[in-house]
Amino acid sequence: MDMAVIELSRLQFALTAMYHFLFVPLTLGLSFMLVIMESIYVITKRPIWRIITRFWGKLFGINFVLGVATGLTMEFEFGTNWAYYAHYVGDIFGAPLAIEGLMAFFLEATMVGVMFFGWDRLSRRQHLAVTFLVALGTNLSALWILIANGWMQNPVGATFNPDTMRMEVTDFSAVLFNPVAQAKFVHTVSAGYVCAATFVMGVSAFYLLKGKWTNVARRSMMVAAAFGLASALSVVVLGDESGYTLTDNQKMKLAAIEAMWKTEPAPASFTVIGLPDVAARTTHGAIEVPYLMGLIGTRSLTGKIDGIQELVLRADERIHSGLVAYDAVERLKRNRTDLAARAAFEAHKQDIGFAMLLKRYVADPRQADDTLILKAAWDTVPNVPAMFFLFRGMAGLGFGFIAFFGAAFWCASTCRFRRRWFLKLAVVAIPLPWLAIEAGWVLAEIGRQPWAVDGVLPTFLGASSLTVPQVWATIIGFTALYGTLAVIEIRLMLAQIRKGPIEHFDSDQEDATQPHAAGFAPLPAE
Amino acid sequence: MHIPLDYETLRVIWWALLGVLLIGFALTDGYDLGVAALLPFVGRSDEERRLVINAVAPHWEGHQVWLILGGGAIFAAWPFVYAVSFSGFYLAMFLVLSALILRPVAFKYRSKKPDAAWRSRWDWALFVGGLVPALVFGVAVGNVLVGAPFRLDGDLRMTYEGSLLGLFTPFTLLTGLLSVAMLALHGAGWLAVKIEEGPVLARARAIARIAALLSLALFVLGGVMVAKGPMGMALTGLVDTQGPSNPLLVASVARPGAWLANYGLHPWMIAAPLLGLVGPLVALLGLARRQGWTTLAGTALATTGIIATVGCSMFPYILPSSIDPRSSLTVWNASSSHLTLFIMLVCTIVFLPIVLAYTAWVMSMLGGRITLRDVRSNPDFY
Repeated sequence: MDMAVIELSRLQFALTAMYHFLFVPLTLGLSFMLVIMESIYVITKRPIWRIITRFWGKLFGINFVLGVATGLTMEFEFGTNWAYYAHYVGDIFGAPLAIEGLMAFFLEATMVGVMFFGWDRLSRRQHLAVTFLVALGTNLSALWILIANGWMQNPVGATFNPDTMRMEVTDFSAVLFNPVAQAKFVHTVSAGYVCAATFVMGVSAFYLLKGKWTNVARRSMMVAAAFGLASALSVVVLGDESGYTLTDNQKMKLAAIEAMWKTEPAPASFTVIGLPDVAARTTHGAIEVPYLMGLIGTRSLTGKIDGIQELVLRADERIHSGLVAYDAVERLKRNRTDLAARAAFEAHKQDIGFAMLLKRYVADPRQADDTLILKAAWDTVPNVPAMFFLFRGMAGLGFGFIAFFGAAFWCASTCRFRRRWFLKLAVVAIPLPWLAIEAGWVLAEIGRQPWAVDGVLPTFLGASSLTVPQVWATIIGFTALYGTLAVIEIRLMLAQIRKGPIEHFDSDQEDATQPHAAGFAPLPAE
Repeated sequence: MHIPLDYETLRVIWWALLGVLLIGFALTDGYDLGVAALLPFVGRSDEERRLVINAVAPHWEGHQVWLILGGGAIFAAWPFVYAVSFSGFYLAMFLVLSALILRPVAFKYRSKKPDAAWRSRWDWALFVGGLVPALVFGVAVGNVLVGAPFRLDGDLRMTYEGSLLGLFTPFTLLTGLLSVAMLALHGAGWLAVKIEEGPVLARARAIARIAALLSLALFVLGGVMVAKGPMGMALTGLVDTQGPSNPLLVASVARPGAWLANYGLHPWMIAAPLLGLVGPLVALLGLARRQGWTTLAGTALATTGIIATVGCSMFPYILPSSIDPRSSLTVWNASSSHLTLFIMLVCTIVFLPIVLAYTAWVMSMLGGRITLRDVRSNPDFY
């Protein structure tokens, strides 16, 4: 295999996924905020809340469309760039993707049309129900894609079948109720809610600073402060560290995040900051909090957290075991009825993925000697400094959001958002959730390296048989297309924000009898 | 876990569901593609174009999901087909994707600014976003009929030995044009029920007449080329229809003309090509009598018949290999495991009727012809 194709395919996947995930979090959160705003409108029947809902709905629409459009790339990319991965785990991984389409995408995409075009054709309650279904659809789609992603992190309920040379599902409910997937779902949607709350907060603060649309802005900020505080607490408290002690590979990820080179006596201390040194396998200038890591990681005082070196030794053992399974599969390829080979395979099949780590160095892993096996075992350590700092960046921002929304709550009750320092802070804070979210995604994905599916399939084996020019062509193509669309989207967003919550008038509007005519009047500031 | 349906039955059901998904996509998103491709020809002024765009505006997002679901369902039920076709047709897929990304954005963003240059640029994006996918999907289907140049090694890793330009041969260009004609016809069929009488509809009808005749001619010509051309494949030896999904366990041999063999074996399958011929005629009748629903029924029948013909002709093949018949993917060797097919079937039985129910509700709720007056007065229109 051509390592350049693999690296480029990874680059393309990262670019397209991170781009896609610029739009998704806002969709996840803003859809529920629209439900809240519209509920207030339905309960109070005050036209101002209709205007508020419709205004944020317009921004939602501009954002939603790019989320949908770029999601298409994601659905196809496993096939275009990761064909061997698609073959190898499609039996398990494809199902949540298909169910996502059936259960979630259809719901959100069909209902979003009604949400925009049905204001005059539906009763207030019906329209609220439609908005709720859009929110439900977007959040369900997050659930299914994270069940798929959670399986890559913790591949439960599946086993390798030597007759078909791929992983096949054995227990679908284990895939569904994978604890890693559940933790990821809660963590990710909460992050989306924080993102939307910060966005609404920031745009409203901008209006208050300018003294425009203050009646819309102040009410929006109230909603955002409450929604944001709850979400910020949820995203940190229900962060997905809880799943990190389940498997060897999850443990490796945790050890890399903490740059914990050796196993410490329980309960381990937490390294707040330091400088991980990969060559010397130590962390310089570490500032540690005693006991904290053991408590977070194992929820107990006695639970042990494994260090990197111990985990590497375990990987070394599993490669040796995997080689037995690999050899058995090669024998089964020649003779499907070889009973001895099948027995050997059954005994060692859970480690067959580890033998494949050697394919990076030798075409036939059975040719590898002990030094090469140890080298491959060290490959199971992800990029420690990157993990260490990305986690600290993400978690630091997470605590920052709790403080920010706490301040917003205080500001709402004491001064009705009249402190200019807070309003300025709110505007500046707009891009921060995106930083935290993208850092979190990179952390999760590079933390899984060198695996595409933890312990099952190394990333470098997953790519399609493409050529370097082909992948370059699409990277350049996607970058040009996505770049152009990003510029257009941001300009439209800014134009819509500048325009504010005015309802558009056409010249012959006067004779049109609108059922909610009051809602269409431009609104003066308070 | 006990699975109440045997593996063979589930595989045939999933072959049929693959057809249902592709036809579902062509019937719904297909008319969006057709309407977008027709846009510059049927709408001359900005207002007329907005009339055309708003005929599909509330629905395109939902329709696009048929394509996403198609991708997901092929991944889940036919992982080999997903892996081989998507990576094999790599650059063609990229073309389709870019066009399909451009199209939704164009729908949404075109109306955001009044200036003519901005709108004309998005009109082009819509035209390209409709035409290119219609053409490339047709070319891809042509290549599936001919067979794709791929082979599988002992680990079932696929290597593809073709190029982007290699996809375009006289036969596949014919299938590409057939796809464009068919979807343009279907797009015009939708306009026939969705927009008011007037110059725009008159132009759509004129184009639809040409598209219907072209669909008929290309479909017949395509049939002749399939019968006489170097394509077709047959299984040799014993086939274990319940066996593991491993293409290398089943042997195939290239046999020109074999794509017509099914019509002798299963005469009921002739219904598919018959629909493909009758559909355009019904559409022509509807156009002549100015009956919108008759026209749309005809265009829908044509689309269904033409796509079903491809599936029926090739059964049990899904994606044959033109360079290594042994690697060819069939219903019996390219599916997911027994359990996955069953679970996915249960999910489909539960959710697809729900999807169809609320899609129908939305269609009826936003039903009725739209007029230029609506375009001028409704603030929510694009």
